[in-house]
Amino acid sequence: MTDSRRIMVKVNGVDYERLVEPRQLRVDFLRDDLELIGTHFGCEHGICGSCTVLFNGRAVRSCLMFAVQADGADILTVEGLADGKQLHPLQVAFREKHGLQCGFCTPGMLMTAYEFLNENSNPSEEEVRKNMSGVLCRCTGYKQVVDSVMEAAQQMRNK
Amino acid sequence: MKPCAFEYFNPQSVQEAIALLDRYGDEAKIIAGGQSLVPMMNFRLARPEILIDITGIKKLEYIKTEGDELVIGALARERDIEQSPLVVEKWPILSKAISFIGHSAIRNRGTIGGSLVHADPSAEIPTSLCALNGNVKVVGPSGEKILQPEEFFMTYLTTSLEPSDLLVEVRIPALPEKTGWSFGELSRRSGDFAIVAVGILLFTETTGVCREARISMGGVAPTPVRAEEAEALLAGQKITEKLIAEAAQQAAEETDTEPDYHASAEYRMEMARVFVKRGLQEACNMLNGGQ
Repeated sequence: MTDSRRIMVKVNGVDYERLVEPRQLRVDFLRDDLELIGTHFGCEHGICGSCTVLFNGRAVRSCLMFAVQADGADILTVEGLADGKQLHPLQVAFREKHGLQCGFCTPGMLMTAYEFLNENSNPSEEEVRKNMSGVLCRCTGYKQVVDSVMEAAQQMRNK
Repeated sequence: MKPCAFEYFNPQSVQEAIALLDRYGDEAKIIAGGQSLVPMMNFRLARPEILIDITGIKKLEYIKTEGDELVIGALARERDIEQSPLVVEKWPILSKAISFIGHSAIRNRGTIGGSLVHADPSAEIPTSLCALNGNVKVVGPSGEKILQPEEFFMTYLTTSLEPSDLLVEVRIPALPEKTGWSFGELSRRSGDFAIVAVGILLFTETTGVCREARISMGGVAPTPVRAEEAEALLAGQKITEKLIAEAAQQAAEETDTEPDYHASAEYRMEMARVFVKRGLQEACNMLNGGQ
């Protein structure tokens, strides 16, 4: 056991101050310490993408960072996407276009698509496919995931 | 699994980081983007007792030119280099090579210095550094040194860095105006490690005649390698389909492959031939006004 360190971190607009052990992974900090269990923990080595969150505005694997490295950071998780009871257009599109079945990969899909659409509001289907290939889904075969992201992009452009 | 316990330091300067390395030596490991190290720690293949997080050294994040050289700080993120207008315009092969690394979320964290010191022989940044004749600046307790790729990459996952050395900068010379290039790789799935990666640069002065050729291959030897004899076949010659086929065959013979879980030695060698051939055709088409 090594000395814990105090970190200050903003998650979904809320400030937290916590003591963390250096070896604690970011994803475990979010799930166990902050009880934000929307971020899912899959492969534990950066391949599956389920644990993707936004870290200072950029999509990152939260299993490949330590909580202690989040000191001073601004994090957005899937819990922060909706505006109160109003779902984010991505969430609406995933529901309408059946972009999920079991839902395990969905937080990673949503956060990956969120960053992608922020950078590219009018993507081609091929660009969506390439970008979403970084998150593994073993249910949908990706057709509905791609449809959902395309639909969300259109809804967000129409706003 | 979860990583073993370690003590964490986050130095704010290069001097502070080197002092920590000097104090802890082999017990310490540097973490930058962590995209190779943390998976190894999660599997407990790496068990550093001391972790020195250098991401606080913000002044190592630059991407700029000095004279006509491209100069990149060790902590520049792969995604920032890939999208840098400067790199896209003047060193497009580097941007293209980086686009093959993992996925965007990995490139958002991974750094140029981290990829180089990890020294995976199939990795894109080491392979393109060899094609670009780039070098790395290393700082240690006794001062600075500049290392060429062949002095830096020793074997699988091994560089010539001493335990107290820190890679701080990457320098890449300017490319001539008339440059044709390509970067391609074979992987099982999008974002996987390359089975074979090939970077090509062709320089010309007279249309259709190659002044100099560079062929860098990743994944086919313990380090990224240049196919020097194949390059010599092309230098000063008019490039024809026949010559491209001969050079590709020669490049394949310059590989030093071993079979592993992903591919047999013969398959890697054959894919090196295929990717060198395609890469030369692509670079040649670019020079001939195809792009």
